[in-house]
This record gives sequence, structure tokens and C-alpha cells, in this order.
Amino acid sequence: MSTGRDAVHPYIPSSVPAMRDAMLRTIGVRDVDELYADIPPALRLERPLRLPEPLASEHDLRRHVDELLARNTSTSEALSFLGAGCYRHFVPAVCDEVNGRSEFLTAYGGEPYEDHGRFQALFEYGSMMGELLEMDVVSVPTFDGAQAAATALRMAGRITGRSRVLVPASTSPQRRSVIDNYVDGALDVAEVAYDPDTGLLDLGDLRAKLSDDTAAVFMENPTYLGLIEAQAPEIVRLAHAGGALAIAGVDPSSLGVVAAPGAYGADIACGDLQPLGIHMYFGGGQGGFIASPDEQRFVAEYPSRLFGLTRTSVEGEYGFGDVAWERTSFHGREQAREFVGTAAALWGITAGVYLALMGPQGMAELGETCMRLARYAAGRLSSIPGTRAPRFSGVPFKEFAVDFSGTGRTVAEINAALLEEGVFGGADLSAQFPELGQSALYCVTEMLTRDDIDRLADTLRRVLA
Amino acid sequence: MSAGAGANAGVPPAPGAPPALRRFHAARWEEPVIFELSVPGARGVLPPRPDRDVPELADDERVPAAVRRRRPPALPELPQQAVARHYLRLSQETLGADLNVDVGQGTCTMKYSPKVHDQLARSPRLAELHPLQDERTVQGILEVMYGLDLQLREISGMDAFTLQPASGSQAIYAAAAMLRAWHRSRGQYPVRDEIVTTIFSHPSDAAAAHVAGFRIVTLQPGPRGHPDLDALRAVLGERTAGLFITNPEDTGIFNPDIAEFTRLVHEAGGLCVYDQANANGLLGITRAREAGFDACFFNLHKTFSTPHGSGGPACGALGVRSILEPFLPAPVVTFDGERYHLDAARPQSVGRVRTWYGVPEVHLRAYAWIASLGAEGLRAVAESAVLCNNYLLERVRRIRGVEVPWPDRRRLEQVRYSFEPLRRETGIGSEDVGRRMADFGAHYWTSHHPWLVPEPFTLEPTESYSQQELDEYAAMLERVSREAYEDPELVRTAPHASVVHRHDHGPLDDPSRWAITWRAYLRKRREAGGGDPGGDPGEAAPDRAAERPPR
Repeated sequence: MSTGRDAVHPYIPSSVPAMRDAMLRTIGVRDVDELYADIPPALRLERPLRLPEPLASEHDLRRHVDELLARNTSTSEALSFLGAGCYRHFVPAVCDEVNGRSEFLTAYGGEPYEDHGRFQALFEYGSMMGELLEMDVVSVPTFDGAQAAATALRMAGRITGRSRVLVPASTSPQRRSVIDNYVDGALDVAEVAYDPDTGLLDLGDLRAKLSDDTAAVFMENPTYLGLIEAQAPEIVRLAHAGGALAIAGVDPSSLGVVAAPGAYGADIACGDLQPLGIHMYFGGGQGGFIASPDEQRFVAEYPSRLFGLTRTSVEGEYGFGDVAWERTSFHGREQAREFVGTAAALWGITAGVYLALMGPQGMAELGETCMRLARYAAGRLSSIPGTRAPRFSGVPFKEFAVDFSGTGRTVAEINAALLEEGVFGGADLSAQFPELGQSALYCVTEMLTRDDIDRLADTLRRVLA
Repeated sequence: MSAGAGANAGVPPAPGAPPALRRFHAARWEEPVIFELSVPGARGVLPPRPDRDVPELADDERVPAAVRRRRPPALPELPQQAVARHYLRLSQETLGADLNVDVGQGTCTMKYSPKVHDQLARSPRLAELHPLQDERTVQGILEVMYGLDLQLREISGMDAFTLQPASGSQAIYAAAAMLRAWHRSRGQYPVRDEIVTTIFSHPSDAAAAHVAGFRIVTLQPGPRGHPDLDALRAVLGERTAGLFITNPEDTGIFNPDIAEFTRLVHEAGGLCVYDQANANGLLGITRAREAGFDACFFNLHKTFSTPHGSGGPACGALGVRSILEPFLPAPVVTFDGERYHLDAARPQSVGRVRTWYGVPEVHLRAYAWIASLGAEGLRAVAESAVLCNNYLLERVRRIRGVEVPWPDRRRLEQVRYSFEPLRRETGIGSEDVGRRMADFGAHYWTSHHPWLVPEPFTLEPTESYSQQELDEYAAMLERVSREAYEDPELVRTAPHASVVHRHDHGPLDDPSRWAITWRAYLRKRREAGGGDPGGDPGEAAPDRAAERPPR
């Protein structure tokens, strides 16, 4: 490849010198530099950027990146029990086929005419999520479950005119960090304790902390610590009795077997889409959803785009477009509800494909499989001397805390030893939940077999011996 | 219908003649909503099931009765091929950037996303990584993220980057949170509670900064198309927390006083954040640091080629000077000379703006793009983007009914044009033109509100298109302009050759009729007595089958 200004680059058609010259002639300048006349000399970078020599050939680039990625060991090579908000679930091939289609992959902000398919796919995504959640309004995806929760709390603050929100002390520390950062200055956040035996929300503490300034009670179902929140209807009742909204953060992979938040009266539901047919991507697979009943007091407070169905000038033809556009910051800037922009639409389309493939029966089987395997795993681990599994008496969905305090070893030591054996042990809870001692959060999904779980138990027994 | 997109297509153009327009027609499958395709009992996929000898759950191990699902979710049931076909049809009904001369979505930088990057990003050694894996097992992706940080530092002159924000708007929020923390650390917040921005900066510069607690002061353009120094001086004071600004703004005009802007804001006690959404013409030409900015962010899905994904996932890579580094969202990727780490121990951090570490499959693509281009390639990108834009400007400014605001000012990588003369002379406005452009297989975007430039449209050709392709886009616009003068009804009733026809917006703004999910649609149809909620109450539901061509 030639270098310098006459280098022709495959991604830059007008780098062909004859084309560039013809275009310059049309513009009426001799050199591109003349077009930069408004940039004062003092601001001009008078040297080349100091970057490594380019990997100009696609082959060289691929070899370089392949070499870097070869330094990773993935969960498809090791045996992984990591979850804690990002999950290795089964990804049907059709999900990857559809989100790899360049029409969806490279679309962006087109109008509902030429991008009709994108609008319909996202309307259908929201519609299928609506069935799962039993909610009539579902937003176009937001960034992730943490952002969805933070926005749901701010929505509740605006709807109720109150300024305090209650969140479970057992929520994920990173979800809490996103919330704290996002509601700073708008809402006070107070924690509700969890019951040390069941792991579920401490209703006594909830009653004590509810006040006439409480805008919302945020609960998780399943909880971050993996437990199905059996008290969800009672939590909703208490929130409503106090004049607060009830917000449910849910894992959509549980909703084939666990009641929909709409069924137990939650006002707003939110969570992460990643379990629905999206790879983990080292955390890049997260996408968030927000849902509510179809009442104006809720709809008016969504910052996100909402896609709706309408009719066209041709009888019987469906069109899809933006509902109540004037809410958004695209229209109202700082007068709008929070802000809207690029978030995670491709994962919304993917989650829709996943739900269409799974259907009601697939979702029910998924839930049942996770629960059976998690229970089996907890049983196997509980037989290892010094371990307590599950740590809590609440019913686990696909994750459960294991307390290793009785082994005299730290989770960090245990996980390091497991790693030597090709096993990624559960997420270490000891720094963030010191009251749980040396505990780890183990995750078991439908991707694991009985043999995998037996191998974990055998390896742990050996490591702890 | 007199609506063929191009009657003169198929004839080879004479040398020097304007390009023939395609006889385009979008795919129009009249695809039902997926629930209408449901076949009770059908299965699309069989998820893995536990081995037989994994015990069934005992009664007290099942979902507690109070929260057990009683009604199965009313999801559609379809065989696998039916799902695939439905979504492939919807994809065909979507005009991805790969399929058109996508210069019409100005401000979005719709450039080519190299296919090799998509293949690399799909590697199981990235796709199957869990974010809590031991650092020793993710050294490759951490090296990519750290490498991207170093590349962006050099391109911007900043001292450190966070890749955590998953879009430009989230980067603005993160920057605003950092300004809040910085002023707080000096006892200056909320005394300093005003952010200055400009009307031609992205709406999120105002909206996201407002969410972070700031009052917004918006500068209007002066006679040269950008706010002048006096306008800035007039709003600076003891309440000034900072400046959030794009440059060039969405007009494509570069503000040559920018270094004086940042100096005045610093003098007033504020910090300066550069929204580099419009950086594509500036790579290797000028940097945030030399212009005096304390922070800047790049949309990797714009300037750095990663695909827009129908609206994310994406990345707003946020860089800062060292004074702001302690406040960066945690964790940040560090390198000790031997190994890469995720450093979460940052006591002054504003906390997180997003779960985990951002969107690594986007980071990888941007890293690969910069690595493949190098310094000369990036500069060629910038110069070509500016060349293409100015070439297109020469073509478009000659189209009847088009006006270029501030016509004596140079433009860099995009132009905000006006069809106000067209509207005045024909009654056809910019939105009408946009619907008609869909008939030619093109995107066309007006602009964000408020429409300070009347009947606006914004074209940003990037470096990805050839002279001939730009000519083709200009020829479509010219054709629509001619139609507006000769047959305005054709334009007003457009689209004719797109996926669907002109919408009735009424139901989308009417709480009694809007339907944000299929279940809401069915409910409102029931409540309307079986009629279409978009129609009059009692009107019969449309018989869609009757609208379809005979089989």
C-alpha cells in the first residue's frame, strides 16, 4: 500500500486521487486544507498523531485481534457458576441470525416508513415483554436494568411529588451505585433490610421506613441474592397503603414460572434483557426495560421512546410510530422527562426474537429447569463439610448464596483454587455483604448438566479437603 | 399511481449527465404482527432440559404459592422457520446504512462499519466472557480496552478515558456528574449550578445535564452562525459550573473563537466539556486539549465506525484532563507494565453510570478501526469527510427551493440546510420531502427541535461515499424539489414506494387510542366495540386479508 496523501483506502472512496481532484474542482478549492480555514492555526495539530503503524490489511488486523482474544478464557471453555446480573443462558441461533442482519445492525434513526421493520420489531418486542410482565406499556430498551431502575425511581418521584425512595439492602452494589449517581439531588435513597434467615425483604423494617414522603418501594424478584420474593404482593400492598408506588425489578427469565409483576399489582416493572437470547459480551449484552400500566400519569413520565401501532392512508395497513413524542428530550431538551438517545435497541429486537421462539411453554420449561438444577446444586454443595448451601431459607430461582465461613478459607482462595481446575466459582459476596461472612453467589442455568454440577461438587470437595 | 420512483432508470447516463434514478420500491410484505401468526401448540425452539436423574422439586422447593405464575404468558407460538421468516421480512423492511447512500441522517455519522469487525466481535472469546471472571482470564479484552483508551488519549489530548458510558447521552450525564462532584469537592456546588450550552448542540447536552441537577442556559447563534463571545460573557458568572458544547455545531460551522470560549469559562470558575458528536472532520486536525477543554467524549458508534444497532448498544467514550481523573466512573482499566487490571478503588469516583464496563463488543470494533487506519488513515477520514460534505453542498445549494443559512460560512463535515423557500413557494415542507425521499430508498432527517433553521434538513456524507454516490443522493433531492413545484400532491401524499403509506398520527398522541403493546391494542379495540382503535368507535375491525393480493 502506498503511503501519504495518495494512499487509497478501502473504506474511503474519495481517496482515489482522480476522484478527489474532481471533487475539489467542483468545490472550487485547490486543497482540502482551504476548507479548514475556520480552524485557527493555534488549534491545528501540526504533527501526525502518535499511533502505531496501521494494520492496513484486513488479514493483519484479524491476526492481531485474534491473538489478543486468544488471551481470554471464556465460559464456553471453562465451567462457570458466575451470574450476579449477567447470565449464560441458551442463545438460539435465530437470535444471532436476526441481530446480525445488516439491515438491523446498521440502521439507526430512520423514519417509520423506510424503517418500518425496525419500528415493528421493537413494537413486537414491547408487546411480548408486555405479556411476560402483564403490563400494557413497555418502553424501547434503555441502557440496562440498573438505569431502568434509576429511571423508574425518578418517574415515581415525579408522579407522587415525593422525594424519598426505599431500596432493598440486598440489591446489587453496582445497581445501587448507578441509582445513587442518577438520583443524586432529586431523591433520597434509604435501604430496607433483608431478613437474615429467609434473605427476603424485612417487612417490619419496610413498615418502619415507609412515610408520607416515600415515593416508591423498589423490590427485586428474584432478589440479587437469588431468592424468589414470596412477599411481593404484600410489599405492593404496604407501598400502596403508604401512598407510594411499588416498583418491581424482575429477571425476565423467571417469568415463565414466577408471577408477573402486573399480576401482583406492581406499578412499574424494570430489569435487564440480557437473559433473553443475548450473549454476555463481558457485560456488553445488558439492555434495560421499563413497563407500566397504560395510564397517562405513567406514560407522561417515560423518558424513553414508546412505539405504538397506528393506521395509514391505506385501509387495513399497520403503521408504527412514536407515541407522545413531545415528552422526550428530542423535542423538549431540558424541559423534557430526563433524556433519551441511543441505548440498546438491538438487544430489544433480539429479546423479541427469543420470546417468539420460546413461547409460553419454553419460558415455563426454562424456569423449571433453572430451579431444579439450582436446587440440585445447592444440595450437592451442602454435603461438603464446612459449607452452608443454600445460605438462606428463601426459595432460590437460579442463584443461591453459599457460605464457606465454616471451611476456614476465603472465597478468594477457594475461587483461585477452582480456577486452577478450570472452574469459575460463584461471585464473591464477602466485600459487599460482610455480614454474610465468606459467601459466594452461585448461578446455575439450563446450560449446565448434572455432570457439570457433580464436577463442581467433586472439585470443591477436593479443594477444601 | 404516478409514483414510480424513477421513470428514467435503466438507461445508461450520457457522460456528464446527471445520474439516472433507480426505479426503487421497498420490500412490502404486509407482515402481520407476530401474535397474528401464532399457531397454538407450535414450538420455535426447545431449551435444554435437565437430565432425568435430577430430582423433581419438592413442594416447598417450588415457586411459593403467593407468587406462582397462574396464567402462562400469552406469548405467540410459532415454528422456528416462521419466526425466522417473520424477522427476516422485517429486516428487509428496514433501510440499514449498509443498503443506501446514508447521508440523510445528519449528525449521526452513518459511515461504513467494516464487516471484519463484526466477525471479530462475535468471537466466543468475547461473546462468552462473564464480567466477573478472574482478571487473569480476560487479559485480551482488557488489553483491547486499555489500547482504545490510549488511542483516544492521543486523538483528543485528554489524560484518561472511561469507556463505561453506553451512548453519547450517558457520557453527557457522566460528565455532568463529574462536574457536580468536582465543584462539590471545592465547596462550590450547588452554588455553581448553571451549565451553558448552545441551541445547535445535541438536546441531551441540555437534558442530561439538567437531570444531574443543573440549570441550563442556552446560547443562540449570532450573525456568524455560532454564539458570539459577548453572548457568552453575558451569561457567565458566579453560578457558572461549566460549558457543554459541540464544535462544529449541528450547522457544520466551526466556531473559531472556541479557545476564547473555554478561557472565559475557566476565568469564571467553570469547566468545559466538549461534545464531539461532530468530530468526524477533525481527526488528526485539531484536538480538545488545545482548544482548552477539560473533558470530551466521542460517540464510538458515529466517528469510530461501530454499527448503530438500530439505536445501540453503543459507547460514549469520555476523556478527561488529569484534574478530573479522580472523579471518573469506576472501575477503570489500568496496566502495571505486565498485566491489566480493573481498578475499582477510586474513592472520589462519581460511581457508576452503567453496569459492568460499558459495551466491550463496541470497544473492540473501535479499537480495530483505529488500528487499521493509523494516524494517516484517520486524517484521511477527516479530510475526506469534509471534502464529501463540501462537494455535496455544491450540488445541493443549486437545488430549487433550498437555502443555506449563513451562506458565506465554511462547513466542515455536515450542513444544516433549509427548504423554507420550497415551503413558501409550493406548500411542501421538509417533512413532506422526507417522506418522498423514502420512495427513492433514501434516509432524510429534518433536525432536532426547535427548528431555528426553518424547514430544516441535515446532510452528513462522512468519508464513506464516492462522488457518484453523492451525485445520486443530490439527484434524488433535486427530483423531489422538481416534483414539489410540478406535482405537489405527489409529494404531500408520499410515501408511495416505501414499506407503508402515510401514517395517521392521531392515535399516537391520543391516550384513549394509543397502543404501545399488542395487548393494549386488543383491549382498546374491544372497548371500542370491536372497531379499530385508530378509527371511529364502533367501526368494524379491518379485514386485513382482504387487503392482500390474491395468492
